[in-house]
Amino acid sequence: MDAKPHLQVKNLSVSYGTTAALKNISVDIPDKKITAIIGPSGCGKSTLLRAFNRLLEDGDEVSISGQVLVDNEDIYDPRNDITQIRKKMGLLSQKPYPLPMSIFENVAYGPRIHGIKKNRMDETVRHYLTIAGLWEEVKDRLHEPATRLSIGQQQRLCLARGLAVEPEIILADEPTSALDPKSSQKIEAEFKVLKNDYTIIIVTHILRQARRLADYVLFIYLGELIEHGPARQIFENPQHEMTKEYIQGIIS
Amino acid sequence: MLLITLGSGFLVFLMALGLCVKAWPILRLKSLGEILFSSSWHPLKGDFGMLPFIMGTLWVTGIAIIIAVPISLLTAIYLSEYAPKRMKEFSKPFIDLLAGIPSVIYGVWGILIIVPLVKDHIAPFFGVYSSGYSVLSAGIVLSIMIFPVIIHITMEVFHSIPRELREASLALGATRWQTVKHVLLRKSLPGIVAANVLGFSRAFGETMAVLMVAGNIVKIPLSVFDAGYPLPALIANNYGEMLSIPLYDAALLMSALVLFVVVIFFNVVSRYILHRINLRIS
Amino acid sequence: MKKKMTAKKIEEAVFKALMKGCALVVFGCLVLIIGTVIIKGIGSMNLDMITKTPEGGYYLGKEGGVLNAIVGSFVLTLSATAIALLMSLPVVLYINVYAKKNSRLATLIRLSLDFLWGIPSIVYGAFGFTVMIFFGITASLLGGIITVSLFILPIMARAMDEVISLVPGELFEASYSLGATKFETALKVITRQTMPGIVSAALIAFGRGVGDAASVLFTAGFSDRIPLSLLQPAATLPLAIFFQLGTPFPEVQERAYASALILTILILIVSVTARFLTARFRRHIIQ
Ligand SMILES: Nc1ncnc2c1ncn2[C@@H]1O[C@H](COP(=O)(O)OP(=O)(O)OP(=O)(O)O)[C@@H](O)[C@H]1O
Ligand SMILES: [Mg+2]
Repeated sequence: MDAKPHLQVKNLSVSYGTTAALKNISVDIPDKKITAIIGPSGCGKSTLLRAFNRLLEDGDEVSISGQVLVDNEDIYDPRNDITQIRKKMGLLSQKPYPLPMSIFENVAYGPRIHGIKKNRMDETVRHYLTIAGLWEEVKDRLHEPATRLSIGQQQRLCLARGLAVEPEIILADEPTSALDPKSSQKIEAEFKVLKNDYTIIIVTHILRQARRLADYVLFIYLGELIEHGPARQIFENPQHEMTKEYIQGIIS
Repeated sequence: MLLITLGSGFLVFLMALGLCVKAWPILRLKSLGEILFSSSWHPLKGDFGMLPFIMGTLWVTGIAIIIAVPISLLTAIYLSEYAPKRMKEFSKPFIDLLAGIPSVIYGVWGILIIVPLVKDHIAPFFGVYSSGYSVLSAGIVLSIMIFPVIIHITMEVFHSIPRELREASLALGATRWQTVKHVLLRKSLPGIVAANVLGFSRAFGETMAVLMVAGNIVKIPLSVFDAGYPLPALIANNYGEMLSIPLYDAALLMSALVLFVVVIFFNVVSRYILHRINLRIS
Repeated sequence: MKKKMTAKKIEEAVFKALMKGCALVVFGCLVLIIGTVIIKGIGSMNLDMITKTPEGGYYLGKEGGVLNAIVGSFVLTLSATAIALLMSLPVVLYINVYAKKNSRLATLIRLSLDFLWGIPSIVYGAFGFTVMIFFGITASLLGGIITVSLFILPIMARAMDEVISLVPGELFEASYSLGATKFETALKVITRQTMPGIVSAALIAFGRGVGDAASVLFTAGFSDRIPLSLLQPAATLPLAIFFQLGTPFPEVQERAYASALILTILILIVSVTARFLTARFRRHIIQ
């Protein structure tokens, strides 16, 4: 691999109660690339993604072992500030969940809680809505409740909201699965631009989407990382039998 | 089957009708304003001004709400957002138990603990004399009685808010308390209001416990250490005995009607809100 | 990325402490109430309390117990629970089986049950008394039974509705496809499937009925003897507590505490049983 890794996973295991969801995962995620996590339903894709910004601890009875290093710092080190870690990663979930406030406030929420001064807020909000490709559509209705937007617009709003805290990494869990094809295309196009500045990790069960977007691919099966490598290699010349079958649609 | 079903649905109207019919004699003789806002209560002279009782009820209920709202809300937030899941599950039966304790037991407890507390500690602290049988004592006892109502409903409201919404805020680097304050409370505000309105209406009609500790003196209370005579206590103390005095029973049923109307009104409001946010609470 | 004590962290810590304090107050109250009742009650508890009825001069401190109130409460509330069950079961089955889910009628009935549930028991008492006068009944066991059954009807119906509305639609369809009529389905399949839930609803209603004083205050009256017919007045535990506490004699007040202990233990048993039944039930229901 030419670029140096942005995020390193070392011997990460996660279990919910007694059921193991991830088994001893070790992998490097390249900097400023789109990495796709693929695998059949229930294999642990979301779990892996949520392990990256420590959202797993939120539920009870979750045990986590191993390390996740961001810029060579272990995010699970108890001395680290969880809010600062999460600030480094923007999360885009499967369905958009706008906060119960106006469009403007949704984007301003992140900067506000991190203590950014008010006077530059208009500019900040405009900037991130523009990056998310939403500004033209909402510039006249910034103070309407965010829930009035269409689902596709809401998802881009969530993207803008996440970008506004200036993360380094974007974590996206099936970000287009609730969207119509047109909106999905917009989000995908957005990602292709964003990868110039951000490291993007996307969970998807749509193989064609992974082909279109990914530079790097992880294939997970039943909690184990079966194979990982540059997208071209995984899709055209998978080394592992299981990966081959999954790519050909034999197992799903 | 349909008949019984309709019948039970009809019971509300039947009760309203029955109370109206029985309260009619006094409504025919006196204006509603005079009954509700006159403070002259002399049944033997035919004066039935209910203001002292209405004020008694308002004082007692007001104190109960002021105490119960912050405590219940913070407890509900703690149990649903901070406490470990096991503690949350473990605490539910106890909250139900608090709701299941009969009001006469609350009354006994109020007399044993709260009344002396007010008499010997709280009132002297403020340099006032109080017998302890006061609207404050009644308010404190009532507030404990409505804790479970408010906590239970508020927790269900919180439960109905998707986990992902909390995560959206947490993922931006918000602390848990910021998430609660800016996202959770804002999203669940209507539900919290509904919970408190239901708690209020429960306190409004509560009889036995209040009757036992409020002091029952026909006078508008001027401070929290004064005795009060809430409406339900008025009915409980006098109904069934005073049928010989003309209009007395009509006046008492009038006060039952007032209770009925107020409670139904608050119930309509809170059910409407809960219906709007798609929650049905038991 | 190291932890720092910022303003928001302090705010969180302060509120967290406050919340813990409030939770402690709530559970402390519960412990305090039950503790007070137990400590005060045990001191004055004796066998006479539960085996004897008040004898002459009881309310002045002479011999006797509250057997009259215990029996009265049981007979009154059991009958009321039975009546309320007979009335609410058809209602709940109707709105769940006959009426289409979320039909207007079902919504209306549920709404009026909600309202009935919110009406204070003293209003039930006053209403019940008016109805009794209308039919020429004086304060009696019968009057108390009627009033309490009306009072606990919504409590029971709502608790039952909650369980029965959880029965999956497929179960109804499976039953219809076997050629059962709606009536048979309602009666056999649904009631059997939800039996523990129904029993627990009845227990909850019984608990509320047995503890309520305001509804029986003028409808059931009070009597030192165990009622022998429906038309005689009957004593109830909450009222026995209330009256004994109202006397100026410490010995009698002590007995109020013992009676309070009896009532509290009864309520505890009922509510624990109800919870146990629903907990088991949740595990067994076909989801
Ligand atoms: N909160 C939880 N408690 C218990 N088990 C869980 C929890 N979340 C996930 N699991 C289990 O962990 C395993 C991995 O789940 P995960 O959500 O990561 O899968 P996924 O690959 O994202 O699936 P999908 O494609 O359906 O989203 C599954 O077997 C799931 O049942
Ligand atoms: Mg997933």
